[in-house]
Amino acid sequence: MTTVGQRKSHESATGHVSGKALYTDDQRQPIGMVSLYPVTAPHASARITHIDVSAAYGVAGVVTVLTAEDVPGENDTGVIIRDEVLFPTEVISYWGQAVVWVVGETETAARLGADRVVVHYEPLPPILSIKDAIAANSFQGQPLVVRRGDATTALQAADFCLTGEVEMNGQDHFYLETQASWVIPDGEGNYQIYSSTQHPTETQVIIARVLGIPNNRVVVTCLRMGGGFGGKESQANPFAAVAAIAAVKTGRPARVRLRRSQDMTLTGKRHGLLGQYQVGFSQEGHITALDVDLYADGGWSLDLSPPVLLRAALHVDNAYYIPDIEVRGQIVKTHKTSNTAFRGFGGPQGMVVGEEIIDRVARFLGLPPEVVRERNFYHGEGATNTTHYGQEIFDNRIACIWSQVKANANFAERRIEIAHFNQSHSYKKRGLAITPVKFGISFNKTQYNQAGALILIYTDGSIQLNHGGTEMGQGLHTKMLQVAASALGVKIDRFRLMPTSTDKVPNTSATAASSGADLNGQAVKDACETLKARLAPVAAKLMNLDAPEDLVFEDGWIYSRSYPNDRIRFEQVVEQAYNDRVSLSATGYYRTPNIYWDAATSQGRPFYYFAYGAAVSEVEVDGFTGTFKLRQVDIVHDVGESLNPLVDQGQIEGGFVQGMGWLTMEELVWDAQGRLRSDAPSTYKIPTISEVPEHFHVELLQRAAQEGVIYGSKAVGEPPLMLAMSVREAIRDAIAAFGAVDFVPLASPATPEAILWAIESVKARSGAKSGVAESLLVSPTV
Amino acid sequence: MRLRFRRRRLGQFAIAGTVGAVLAGFTKQAMGQSTPQTPSKPEVPADPNSYVDVELQINGKEQMLKIEPRVTLLDVLRERLDLTGTKKGCDHGQCGACTVLVNGRRINSCLTFAIMHRGAEITTIEGLAKGNTLHPMQAAFVAHDAFQCGYCTPGQICSAVGLVNEGHAQSDADIRELMSGNICRCGAYPNIVTAVREVLEGKKNAAV
Ligand code: FES
Ligand code: FES
Repeated sequence: MTTVGQRKSHESATGHVSGKALYTDDQRQPIGMVSLYPVTAPHASARITHIDVSAAYGVAGVVTVLTAEDVPGENDTGVIIRDEVLFPTEVISYWGQAVVWVVGETETAARLGADRVVVHYEPLPPILSIKDAIAANSFQGQPLVVRRGDATTALQAADFCLTGEVEMNGQDHFYLETQASWVIPDGEGNYQIYSSTQHPTETQVIIARVLGIPNNRVVVTCLRMGGGFGGKESQANPFAAVAAIAAVKTGRPARVRLRRSQDMTLTGKRHGLLGQYQVGFSQEGHITALDVDLYADGGWSLDLSPPVLLRAALHVDNAYYIPDIEVRGQIVKTHKTSNTAFRGFGGPQGMVVGEEIIDRVARFLGLPPEVVRERNFYHGEGATNTTHYGQEIFDNRIACIWSQVKANANFAERRIEIAHFNQSHSYKKRGLAITPVKFGISFNKTQYNQAGALILIYTDGSIQLNHGGTEMGQGLHTKMLQVAASALGVKIDRFRLMPTSTDKVPNTSATAASSGADLNGQAVKDACETLKARLAPVAAKLMNLDAPEDLVFEDGWIYSRSYPNDRIRFEQVVEQAYNDRVSLSATGYYRTPNIYWDAATSQGRPFYYFAYGAAVSEVEVDGFTGTFKLRQVDIVHDVGESLNPLVDQGQIEGGFVQGMGWLTMEELVWDAQGRLRSDAPSTYKIPTISEVPEHFHVELLQRAAQEGVIYGSKAVGEPPLMLAMSVREAIRDAIAAFGAVDFVPLASPATPEAILWAIESVKARSGAKSGVAESLLVSPTV
Repeated sequence: MRLRFRRRRLGQFAIAGTVGAVLAGFTKQAMGQSTPQTPSKPEVPADPNSYVDVELQINGKEQMLKIEPRVTLLDVLRERLDLTGTKKGCDHGQCGACTVLVNGRRINSCLTFAIMHRGAEITTIEGLAKGNTLHPMQAAFVAHDAFQCGYCTPGQICSAVGLVNEGHAQSDADIRELMSGNICRCGAYPNIVTAVREVLEGKKNAAV
């Protein structure tokens, strides 16, 4: 019996429903633990002229105040470059930035102390939008170019040409558990950190850097996270670092646990992005040329922006073959939070630009958008099935998924029904859309594509399983238990899944890029194979067999294929192995083969494979209020041979809902002073249970084994988020029904307000009916 | 820029309601080193008179506490009683992660003072199961995988138990409407609806 592929419920299921599953800040508090509270800047951009912390000491319960002078090592937590000051002493780079941290016996004491810290500022004018940043020449990082062929020449040769732009909002992660870190000093110069981090190794390295001590003195452990979504990849580090400094200075355990509004104002988000394009196409809707500029809002520091921007540039094509294409990208620097990883890592932003362009072309030509989408799919072999960065899509599943989801959703019939509905309703219109997803799997940074595991078998046959990945709800631990149980041929309840810790598996990559199961799964399997190879001769000897070669490990038993009735218990072999002095612990290791990337030419094979999916969404839009209702969603998604269909289905549904939130309701609002006004769930609208469509059909692509991946499975964390583009396009389709136009501009997120504006613009345009004077609608260009 | 760390010692005065001191029974005993910068006489000291004795009944157990009147039920559960199954998602009554049952009714424990619930029967996620037997709602959440990260789950379950007690929900649409105060960022919503529906239907069937 194998446990891989079964609908096994979450390994912490009982813990979750009984409140016993511990998150960082739920643990029994160590005696004497102090709490930290930040003093935050009331300006988005300012010079610091004076800091006086003395009054804080007048508050009972204030233990100390941390300033730049207390940093034993480097005062910087930057991850790619050193541009992220932890305690700013010169300038303020965004509103709400932490200037100093007050340490108190309680959080209340620290907060009251923080109130009394005096900081003087000389305010400076902030840069708050991408366009302002471009105008001010405020960039960071290196510009990038990805190209194939000659877009300029091809644009000139095209039948038609359109220019336009699309700008989209960022997104707050809103993991339900805010950032939290506990640091416990041992009094000998070593530090045990419990952190809600997706990247324990990086948190370890940053703490060591800030404390000025070697990595081996810092152990970072992540029990589990109450959601991560990319927001606890680099963003966990600064908070763990200040807690560590507090532990150094006071000699006591220290904790940082952000309040919701602090979390939202202090931490980086999904990058907002501006895309400006020129597209050339034929009468039939074939896109022949594309020239795109992408501007990602990096915020105040670089963080992970370069790979985010690169992934955006590598996903502008989504599922479409564009013969001549040039994508240029730049990261703007603004006085906002430092934007970071978020499920999809720039891919979604790039793809939204691509889908916007497809829709432009379709409506301009008067063709149904789904027809234009189909006509432009990657197909065949060679160039037409090769991306603009030179990677051939050897296992193209787009067309197959597309036709399957269209059939499931009854797409053609519903198109007709909706047309009838729209004819007979003046103030309510329905819209239908289908969009594809092709998402590259692997870290863009090649060296991140490695993983480790450590398995310890004890003499009673119980086992500890360690791997380098972190659990944030994606079901990674559950899948790793399934992999280990299958590979070792024992029951799952024999294992204890250990918290992720840097003293068990060192030098790990972030649990990110959807790669957790792919990478760690192979490492776990590798460790199991090593142990099996050691146990097999022991078992063979116990069973008086000559050769251990044809032994089968299954369900807690070991037997020879030749004599299946003569079997022996796993724990008996383990005990004998101990007596024979055979090691019962092993590490496992994996690195993804066959991937490479040439940064100089932006060409290579950055992705081990692609994940595919497609979604059909139907909405109804109210012409008076701009509100919409999502009536039905049909999805077919490719997860390979699912390691766990229950978990994967949850990932698809959850990813879709989160993507829908990003594209239709989650609006980050910064005011003219750069203050984030949407800093709580009351002002920042997260999808609730009432927004999930009643008809929500998710189907996993069948017979989809992915060669070379753990048990034929595929990554599932990020790709489904982009299925939600179908909601945005369905809304656009409904808006288009309010008039007869060849262009439907729609802001992102498509909030009721944005939808209402779009309806107004459609009505005005179709009333004017000229459509000539618009610079955005020039055709053909010369 | 100038950093100033001079310690000021102003006269001692009290601000009513100020907290944060090390009080017997309130914070854990501080261990080890005190830092050199801590002044001997705080200018804003804690006021021991602001603490009151409160007796709460939580999960069938009497709890004697000395707390400030303005401490929320949520903070008492998490910080004082180690009942950390109840989560803090926003502390402002906007996410539902802190939902507990008071006399069978669901409330946001972050929006209510502990002192207001003297004599009431408070049930948290830790108190729903009978020994090792899960409450039907807990079992349904497991059976239908109605969570991912699990952080919203205690609140969802308490809220769903409250919803069933209220007796208003008849349809999936009702469940959606009446559970909309509990955010799940992981988007486990479809399975949450299924789990709640199952218990609701079980109740209905049992009643017939
Ligand atoms: S923590 Fe109480 S509602 Fe969010
Ligand atoms: S399961 Fe993660 S917030 Fe609901």
